[in-house]
Amino acid sequence: MTDLYQSQRAMRQMRQQALQRGVIAILDVGSSKIACLVLRFDGTSKLSDDNSIGALAGQSGFRVVGAATTRSRGVQFGEITAMQETERAIRTALQAAQKMAELRVDHVIACFSGANPRSYGLDAEVELEGNVVTENEVARVLAACDVPEYGAGREVLHAQPVNFALDNRTGLNDPRGQLGQSLTVDMHMLTVDGDAIQNLVHCIKRCDLELAGIANSAYVAGISALVEDEQELGAACVDMGGGSTSVSIFLKKHMIYADCVRMGGDHVTQDISMGLGVPMANAERIKTFYGGVHATGMDDREMIEIGGDTGDYEHDRRRVSRAELIGIMRPRVEEILEEVRARLDAAGFSHLPSQQIVLTGGGSQTPGLDGLATRILGQQVRLGRPLRVHGLPQSATGPGFASAVGLALFAAHPQDEWWDFEIPVDRYAGRSIKRAVKWFRDNW
Amino acid sequence: MRQIMRPKQVRRQRSDPAPSRLSYRIQRWMLTPGIRMALRVGIPFVLVFAVVSAYLADADRRAAIQTTIADIRTSIEERPEFMVSLMAIDGAGPALADDIRAVFPIDFPISSFDLDIETMRDTIAGLDPVKSAIVRIRPGGVLQVDVVERQPVVIWRSRKGLALLDETGTFINTLTSRTERPDLPLILGKGANQNVAEALALFQAAKPLGDRMRGIVRIGERRWDVALDRDQAIMLPAQQPVSALQRVIALSEAQDMLSRDVAVVDMRIGARPTLRMTPEAVKDWWQIREINGRERERRIAETSGH
Repeated sequence: MTDLYQSQRAMRQMRQQALQRGVIAILDVGSSKIACLVLRFDGTSKLSDDNSIGALAGQSGFRVVGAATTRSRGVQFGEITAMQETERAIRTALQAAQKMAELRVDHVIACFSGANPRSYGLDAEVELEGNVVTENEVARVLAACDVPEYGAGREVLHAQPVNFALDNRTGLNDPRGQLGQSLTVDMHMLTVDGDAIQNLVHCIKRCDLELAGIANSAYVAGISALVEDEQELGAACVDMGGGSTSVSIFLKKHMIYADCVRMGGDHVTQDISMGLGVPMANAERIKTFYGGVHATGMDDREMIEIGGDTGDYEHDRRRVSRAELIGIMRPRVEEILEEVRARLDAAGFSHLPSQQIVLTGGGSQTPGLDGLATRILGQQVRLGRPLRVHGLPQSATGPGFASAVGLALFAAHPQDEWWDFEIPVDRYAGRSIKRAVKWFRDNW
Repeated sequence: MRQIMRPKQVRRQRSDPAPSRLSYRIQRWMLTPGIRMALRVGIPFVLVFAVVSAYLADADRRAAIQTTIADIRTSIEERPEFMVSLMAIDGAGPALADDIRAVFPIDFPISSFDLDIETMRDTIAGLDPVKSAIVRIRPGGVLQVDVVERQPVVIWRSRKGLALLDETGTFINTLTSRTERPDLPLILGKGANQNVAEALALFQAAKPLGDRMRGIVRIGERRWDVALDRDQAIMLPAQQPVSALQRVIALSEAQDMLSRDVAVVDMRIGARPTLRMTPEAVKDWWQIREINGRERERRIAETSGH
């Protein structure tokens, strides 16, 4: 656990440095595109005169000065599979964003969706030493959480205290300074495969950048796509990406569950490619122009030239009706949504007070998807777009940029994590003597 | 019929847009603020500096540039608008004017750029007979010197000779003989020149003495003696000498004191004015007293004889 503390704290420190310098890059490593935003921080955000939150939800502290996207290479299911290719793609995106911002960026915060995220709920209870909850007590109760065996080769990506309870009062956000006898904490911990993180770290190192933070894209997509009351009352965010579809559940403004379905838009494209016998590029184009999930009588008559590159005239001039295309796409989309349904059921989403589901990500732009999702996921489904932030170019405001924008918000207002609290003194054990000696040596 | 097929457009495989590591690094390097600054300011500066210094490295070119600059300068300075052709001295007597001309032997015409007006004014104002001076260049190429001369008010006789002083005691000129300026009063003694104002007040008060007045003498750098003809002297106190002198004059007018055989009127102690008579007068006085004494004895004897 000390290891985890150290690496995460190192990243947190790097983020502090970046915020002091005022420039940080956001990197969304997806399976179909890699998006890079360059943020410039202009000091702390000020509330408007009447103390209301304001049009930008208090997110005016930073400004997007550079934005670039590039086709992703070497990423499958949200995981890096070809390091060199991914490194080149990251370099492309970063170079373009730096050029637009005319700033040199040294720190980057990255997010990715794959690597088998797994959620754990932890809790712990301690008797308070005094009557008042102090910071040290909070650290003590956090440290008292018994970490489950999440397996070798996996690493903790997020560990956020989501709820504090003092005696019989629960639902406390910040128990510090309150009086009570025993303090209970509920914590949400998200683990991913360590190799995926290592690969990403390596790619970013190869681009001469410092990694200032890693986040799961399900989490950051939820931050930007869910509105405040949805986060408060409970909602699920389904980020339909290229290689994977990630699901996150929010309650009381905290993520309490995240998971990932290893299917996405690329699989739909692959189905079209196989079903119609066209190259992937053609299939992608057909999908984006003519795709849909709900066939009508009109679609039988609408013929699509599917093209081809073989040189055989007959083969290259084939036409299919749009209904056929929808017939290929719909089962796969249904399958994805069924999987999402299964994950939500497994997480106990049906017990939440609100059943709101927000679809975002590039895949959510499929026409008719909201109707299909309503049939599978439940009545309260809407399509989500990312929050507006200062300076974001129009081309980067689509649902495909939900996780990039969410990561920018995350960079500006990071949530307290486990490692942000001091390690309680008794955990130091042997090191405390050494620290005392070092203190004496430094000061006398 | 031959089928006419359009040549299939070979769709070029779109090259990977990824920059090479080198170009990526170069771009990041160029975005570094220090490097950008150096490129925008440093390199142009160095280039200009190098070109200029390479051009000036040759001594002949430097000399040529200097000559050109000097030529331009001279041609501007020697324009008729800037030339000064004569010096006009106002407010100075002929002797002083000659002195001033002797101090500045300027050969006219001269450019006004070559005249140092400040120094000229300081030098002229530094001359003894000059109280203040204004030096300027008048339109028309005239160097105008306006001088206010010091007016001599007393003659000071010291061991070095006779000197003319103005009312502040400043030295103006030497004098060969007292008869050159019989109109001016005479003061003597060490330190007399530092109290000319007091001396003038005394002369003013001594007006009733008329031409009996010979001069006043500073004694011990402290007080004044008024010297009259017939070797008479009035010794005045250090404090308020003028009123003491007025007392003496009043006494003299009432009782004709000064026209008698008095050598010194000593007013140094105001409460006890003292007269000193000449030795002859003392002798006469004793004779008279003797005669008077015999007369009285005789008279006493006569009365006792009765």
